[in-house]
Amino acid sequence: MTRRLAVLTVLLTMVASVACAQKVLINAAGATFPYPMYSKWFEEFRKKFPSTTINYASIGSGGGIAQVTAGTVDFGASDGPMTDMQMKEFQDKRGSAILHFPTVLGAVVPTYNIPGVAASLNFTGEALAGIYLGKITKWNDPELTKANPGVKLPANNIVVVHRSDGSGTTYVWADYLSKVSKEWETRVGKSTSVKWPVGLGGKGNEGVSGSVQQTANSIGYVELIYAIQNKMSYGKVKDAAGEFVQASLASVTAAAAGASMPDDFRVSITNAPGKGVYPISSFTWLLIPSKIQDPVKKKAIKDFLNWMLTDGQKMTPALDYAPLPQAVVTKELKAIDKIQ
Amino acid sequence: MAAPSTTAFNARPSGRASAFWKRLRSGDEIAYLITLTCALTILAITALLVIELYRNSAVPREKFGWSFLTATSWDPVAGEFGALPFIYGTVVTSAVALIIAIPLGVGAAIFLAELAPAGISNALTFLIELLAAVPSVIFGLLGIFVLVPALLAIEPAIRAVLGWTPLFSGPFYGVSMFSASVVLAVMIIPFIISISREVILAVPVEQREGALALGATKWETTWNVVLPFARKGIMGSIFLALARSLGETMAVTMVIGNDPAIHSSLFAPGYSIAAVIANEFAEATGDLYQGALIELGLVLFGLTIVINGLARLLVLSTTKKGAA
Repeated sequence: MTRRLAVLTVLLTMVASVACAQKVLINAAGATFPYPMYSKWFEEFRKKFPSTTINYASIGSGGGIAQVTAGTVDFGASDGPMTDMQMKEFQDKRGSAILHFPTVLGAVVPTYNIPGVAASLNFTGEALAGIYLGKITKWNDPELTKANPGVKLPANNIVVVHRSDGSGTTYVWADYLSKVSKEWETRVGKSTSVKWPVGLGGKGNEGVSGSVQQTANSIGYVELIYAIQNKMSYGKVKDAAGEFVQASLASVTAAAAGASMPDDFRVSITNAPGKGVYPISSFTWLLIPSKIQDPVKKKAIKDFLNWMLTDGQKMTPALDYAPLPQAVVTKELKAIDKIQ
Repeated sequence: MAAPSTTAFNARPSGRASAFWKRLRSGDEIAYLITLTCALTILAITALLVIELYRNSAVPREKFGWSFLTATSWDPVAGEFGALPFIYGTVVTSAVALIIAIPLGVGAAIFLAELAPAGISNALTFLIELLAAVPSVIFGLLGIFVLVPALLAIEPAIRAVLGWTPLFSGPFYGVSMFSASVVLAVMIIPFIISISREVILAVPVEQREGALALGATKWETTWNVVLPFARKGIMGSIFLALARSLGETMAVTMVIGNDPAIHSSLFAPGYSIAAVIANEFAEATGDLYQGALIELGLVLFGLTIVINGLARLLVLSTTKKGAA
């Protein structure tokens, strides 16, 4: 009797330890913009690989970079690529490099409220930079009327609205303005928060869109997904080829296909070349350490990347995210081997 | 206020140790130790808070020194950080909120405590205390979607009456320091009403009877006897309201316009310390930028202490005058 019990105990312990070894919990933190997509992916991935649970805290890109650098999470996520200085800091602290993996694409669109104007407006990069620099102050400025033949724009003052919270949306917007305007690049620059020459700050997409809706003659910028899901109208923006392009999942993916991709995937695709390319687009990235000590975690993270780049990409349009172009997917699948 | 009843438990001294055990057994010593621990914990939390804020803001403190307090530029890209626009916005919105809230709050408290029938008073007090429990993000959303459009509608009237002052000049876009002040006022009024009412109700009946017996009318009694008696407590309620408005984050950031600039007009947008921390901390990268936001927290802490100290001095001086 006792012997049988002992054998049973040993067997049970073995089974339990095997089960324990397979179960793996991965912690991640970072950007808020792709959070709905990521949480859907992590949930679907768990259905496929039941032993892997990925926890994601959407605390913001800055927090994601800080936490992955501090080693408190297994990987991070960011709407902007890490700077050379940040990558060096990671190398110094963690003793290995950090890898960037683009996951989905986002875009930022101009939204406006001009009483009496129902038409969808065209914006040139010069017009947007001029408005946000405080140089174009009236809606009937030649830069705007020229781009919008047939639309009667009023002689009213433009009320500029921007994000007040640090945000990847602001980063992409400022990055685009830096590319189309030398003055913006030198006077303001690009960051998740900048020193705005003019305008009111609204908190979040909802704060900006709320202010725009309530203030006559105002202009603001929001994420494409937010605009689509709230059925807001937004303007077209002139691309590098000289065409006015409406932001859509297709025109955003086209922007990613048009850009030449460096080996570390840290690339800005604002004002990308090509036809039918929406110019205020951006990748969002996962930040993955190149050395992962725990072999189980390493395998789980690699499995996830493989799955995300293949099956996962098919789920993006349902949530209004633009999928990666095939060329980028192929290149990323190869880069997974860099994780050791 | 009430004379303490002097019941001395002076047991015969049969050695120090046994007296200690006796007190321990009677519970006095235990109660003393437990409450002391509670008090020390609060002290320790406050001290740790200051130490952490101080330590984590080392980078900007070394770089900017005291000029952090007087610089007006906030440019994360160039790495220039100055706190003055935020200090200004915080102080101005809280001051204007108090100017609106004190008369309304104290007036309502007088009505509820002295004049209203008990049933109505209790029902209204219950509602007001509910108001104090509403999360601030709700006030912020109401601010954006209800108050701002309403202010835009009555703006011409305000301008017609007060437009000659520089305080109400310049264009008005709805979100502004004035809107933030009004939202803050609505948020802090429940504190003033609720505490002031309790304090007024606690004024001894003899005080009122004495005044009435001397031939004072009801209002004269309230104004000349009850309110001076309750003054300290009413001031206390205002301090609490002030502390809440200085530190309020969510509701302010949604309606203040978030523009780090110093404008004399209340119709212009501004920014507050708590709001900029909440807005930018999540995405702040680099020791300097994060440190500057943490140093702003330290500044807010200092500001609260200074303002509270000044207010307490004010109370002390006025109480003395009243007593003389």
